[in-house]
Amino acid sequence: MAELTLPKNSQIDKKAGKHHPAPAGAKNVRTFKVYRYDPDSGANPRVDSYDVDMDRCGPMVLDALIKIKNEVDASLTFRRSCREGICGSCAMNIDGTNTLACTKACSEIKNEVSVLPLPHLPVVKDLVPDMTHFYAQYASIEPWLKTDTPAPTRERLQSEDERAKLDGLYECILCACCSTSCPSYWWNGDRYLGPAILLQAYRWLEDSRDEAAGERLDALEDPFKLYRCHTIMNCTKTCPKGLNPAKAIAGIKKMMVERNT
Amino acid sequence: MSSPKDLRSPLSRARGLGSAKEGVRHFWAQRVSAVALIPLALWFVFSVVQGSGAGYGAARNWVAAPAVSVLLVLLIVTLLYHSLLGVQVVIEDYVGGEKKKLAALLLSKFTHALVAVAGIFAVLRIALGA
Repeated sequence: MAELTLPKNSQIDKKAGKHHPAPAGAKNVRTFKVYRYDPDSGANPRVDSYDVDMDRCGPMVLDALIKIKNEVDASLTFRRSCREGICGSCAMNIDGTNTLACTKACSEIKNEVSVLPLPHLPVVKDLVPDMTHFYAQYASIEPWLKTDTPAPTRERLQSEDERAKLDGLYECILCACCSTSCPSYWWNGDRYLGPAILLQAYRWLEDSRDEAAGERLDALEDPFKLYRCHTIMNCTKTCPKGLNPAKAIAGIKKMMVERNT
Repeated sequence: MSSPKDLRSPLSRARGLGSAKEGVRHFWAQRVSAVALIPLALWFVFSVVQGSGAGYGAARNWVAAPAVSVLLVLLIVTLLYHSLLGVQVVIEDYVGGEKKKLAALLLSKFTHALVAVAGIFAVLRIALGA
């Protein structure tokens, strides 16, 4: 269901933002403007600005956030784990683009660094979005190998060419940068599966060892689950892993046509 | 996400009412009609530009030529069908609420049918010399 207006309590209170200056003597200062929302306070969200001494901070945006949390404001809340772009926890909107805070260098950004949670998901606190529906949608495509042939006594073999078809798909870390950059997912995310989940669905459709392609296509053929994709390409543009979800979705659409013609 | 009124599991919500097992026809029809419109639209625009300023009688005679009538009816049908499919997508994208969406879809279907029939009737009336 398209939601083109914001609920009242979601609008940023522009006057409420607090400023945290850098320690005296800092020479190389960058300002980080960070979205803050605390559901317990009852107040609207605000944007706090933190002046960070970059001479005493690591190079990535995540380094700055950790420094702020450790040294300035322990209440700042965000997810992070691997700090090397493989877990997908620190996905957020940095400088207007969804990406991973751990692989985004501060030096790539000019002037102030704006840090917001992933767009159009309910916010749990500060930079932590509610991913419940996203994960449930992932579970709904049954992302595991399905076979009717009895399990072999050894590995299920795959040729090099068959394995190569999974390149560009298996690398997806489900960070949700692509899905939350997609206007179709914003307006109809309750029913549209979104680029990340559809790329994952394609990963199983393309797997030569899987025997449930027909069943998977049956489950996807739907005006909302699949065909809300209008090839807007925000997904491909924003993917921090350099993958191409739009191409994967086109692959699913191609399979749909193939089995009908 | 979950209000006290909605205690369904996340998976139940994600699965919703399941797949409609439909959509590829719509997708394919939209592309096929788009391809068909390329020559039809080019022919139409070219003809109209060429015949501009020739007057009412000349335009009527042009429409009455059998080949032109056939192409005009094809153009009207393809154009309105393509538009119907496209407007349906726009409504599904942006109109929230099942009732409003259904009303908008019905209105769009009826309007497209009306315009198509009126267009075809106009061409046939001239072509068959009524």
